[in-house]
Amino acid sequence: MSNNENNQKHILSLLVENEPGVLTRIAGLFSGRGFNIESLSVAETTEPKVSRVTIVTREDVNILEQIKKQLNKLMNVIKVLDFKGMPFVQRELALIKVRARPEHRAEILRMVDIFRSRVVDVGAEYYTMEITGDEDKIAAFLELLRPMGIKEIAKTGSVALAREKK
Amino acid sequence: MKVLHEEGVDTIFGYPGGAVLDTYDELVKTDIKHILVRHEQGAVHAADGYARASGKVGVCLVTSGPGATNTVTGIASAYMDSIPIVVFTGQVNTNLIGNDAFQEVDIVGITRPCTKHNYLVKNVENLARTIKEAFYIARSGRPGPVLIDLPKDMMRSSTEYKPINEVRLRAYNPTYEPNMKQLDRVISLIKKSRKPLVFAGGGVILSGASGELKKFAHVIKAPVTSTLMGLGAFPASDPLWLGMIGMHGTYCANMSSSECDLLIGIGVRFDDRVTGKTSTFASNAKIVHIDIDPTSISKNIPVDTPVVGDCRVTLERLNKLLKDEPKKDISGHREPWLDQVMKWKETRPLTYTQKDIIKPQFVIEKIWELTKGEAIISTEVGQNQMWSAQYYRFDKPNTFITSGGLGCMGFGFPAAIGAQVAFPDRVVIDIAGDGSIQMNIQEMATAVQYNLPVKIAILNNRYLGMVRQWQELFYERSYAHTEMDHAPDFVKLAEAFGAAGLRATKPEEVVPVIEKALSINKPVIMDFVVEREEGVYPMVPAGADITEMLLV
Repeated sequence: MSNNENNQKHILSLLVENEPGVLTRIAGLFSGRGFNIESLSVAETTEPKVSRVTIVTREDVNILEQIKKQLNKLMNVIKVLDFKGMPFVQRELALIKVRARPEHRAEILRMVDIFRSRVVDVGAEYYTMEITGDEDKIAAFLELLRPMGIKEIAKTGSVALAREKK
Repeated sequence: MKVLHEEGVDTIFGYPGGAVLDTYDELVKTDIKHILVRHEQGAVHAADGYARASGKVGVCLVTSGPGATNTVTGIASAYMDSIPIVVFTGQVNTNLIGNDAFQEVDIVGITRPCTKHNYLVKNVENLARTIKEAFYIARSGRPGPVLIDLPKDMMRSSTEYKPINEVRLRAYNPTYEPNMKQLDRVISLIKKSRKPLVFAGGGVILSGASGELKKFAHVIKAPVTSTLMGLGAFPASDPLWLGMIGMHGTYCANMSSSECDLLIGIGVRFDDRVTGKTSTFASNAKIVHIDIDPTSISKNIPVDTPVVGDCRVTLERLNKLLKDEPKKDISGHREPWLDQVMKWKETRPLTYTQKDIIKPQFVIEKIWELTKGEAIISTEVGQNQMWSAQYYRFDKPNTFITSGGLGCMGFGFPAAIGAQVAFPDRVVIDIAGDGSIQMNIQEMATAVQYNLPVKIAILNNRYLGMVRQWQELFYERSYAHTEMDHAPDFVKLAEAFGAAGLRATKPEEVVPVIEKALSINKPVIMDFVVEREEGVYPMVPAGADITEMLLV
């Protein structure tokens, strides 16, 4: 992962052919050329032969240009979209297992409510919540839960789509 | 096999093995010529040399496992130089893939970063289409190697052949036709320019644009330099020719690139061996870059006017547009610049002094003279390669065959075999060092078996000369392991293979040895015992500005 704070975060959305090895080609292109992937998510689109890959990367603008060109050059990549400079919606999903001491339970549930999160599993000592939102929202939620004791989390990478014109 | 025919394949370079027995069994029933090499690396380099000389797609066929891994260096070299080849590798049965079966290797995984594309055929129904696509991808756009991995059971099963007329790939559509607005910008830059320089690369040769390039340079009256890969794209006998640019470029070409006010790069990729220090490269110039591959543009050097398109098509369009422009606008006011360029050319030409010991440059000049500049020259990598680039004056495209990007020792001889297969009646000479020739010397047997009269000129200094030169200049003459203390007697070696061997130890023997070699209609090794510590000059230290040349 890149340490350079000056490098901006970019979200790339790729339409690719849904074939074995395509993800390796994309990931290999990043590693082989020394580019960084911050997060990556892949799933089929409504067309079963096409998948959408959402990649979050933090590189300077020149390197990003090169990344985009190289991605376009791959035989199985149909389209590369960079969300920079256009309105888009972006979401991540996190599952969070937090210690639920009796004295904290009400507080946890209040936060769940405020953040429009949901409790998806209740155990003797732990609650598991799901939350969706952009990176900042999830980070804020985690920050507030931290004092109660987070046991473990699982988080997806970003998925994003461009906004339709109003 | 039918698809191979349709694709115009007449020759395959290969080496059989268990996983490709079925393919070989079918191959012998066709009229496709098969050249049995002695090492799979040789097969790929030969297919590569065949492709570079003929402009067609080179084809090779090898078995699974070690057969496949031995092709990797050759594939990487073809990839770096954008050479169209298709490599068929055998694979274990599909039900064994992933089981660590005998002679199994994930060659698709291994070659993913060094092929333009690769395939594993898992359904025989897809075989014909896959082969068709592979040839299309290899030769179109920016060409490159494509690998097809063929599991043994796929080759045993049969299917009905349905002709495929057209290949269309949703995610691949190279841009041949340039954007006209960009061309207008190029024309207006040419009009403003007083000191233009044309900088040609391998893309000119790959797209067959040499004729258009010559016209273009003369119409705008611009001197021309080229990369190593671009040698032959513009005639060396043309008065506008400056010689090669870069680390071992001519004084004139390097100075011109630094002083020009307009640099027109055509089919080049601004490699570090060309640019030296990127921040100062062509810093006084507006840069135009014409290339079919958008990733090459502004990768290393920021470009003012990018033109994505095929070099030949783009130059055709430019030449047409230039016809309508007043002559003085596009080629006026050139005299001071051309005078300056000529002055550089005259004051600092490539030079060496021939005394008692044979100079390698002298050997190459004599080869050039005695072949009237019409031979196909391949090279190994190192000093032999740079001296060939400097002293053999290439007038035609597809006559200089060298591993430019990868810099692969052992390339030249098998590549020369491939070129000789493509052109049985032409003179093909591999200019080699004593180090690199030993890397694929086993292919002597191939050359002899198929009566391919390739000539090898070994510039024998008993050193890994280029590395030694770096040690001399940058490592205080500490020649760590670059002395080849022991080498075979190359004359006897040639004879052992059934070829001819000749040796020259004195300058006056050079011409007779070359003449004799050219008169022998079989493979010949010429062993030239040359000045041991001769260096390649000019030389720009790696990463320095390209005008900071060491001149002898």
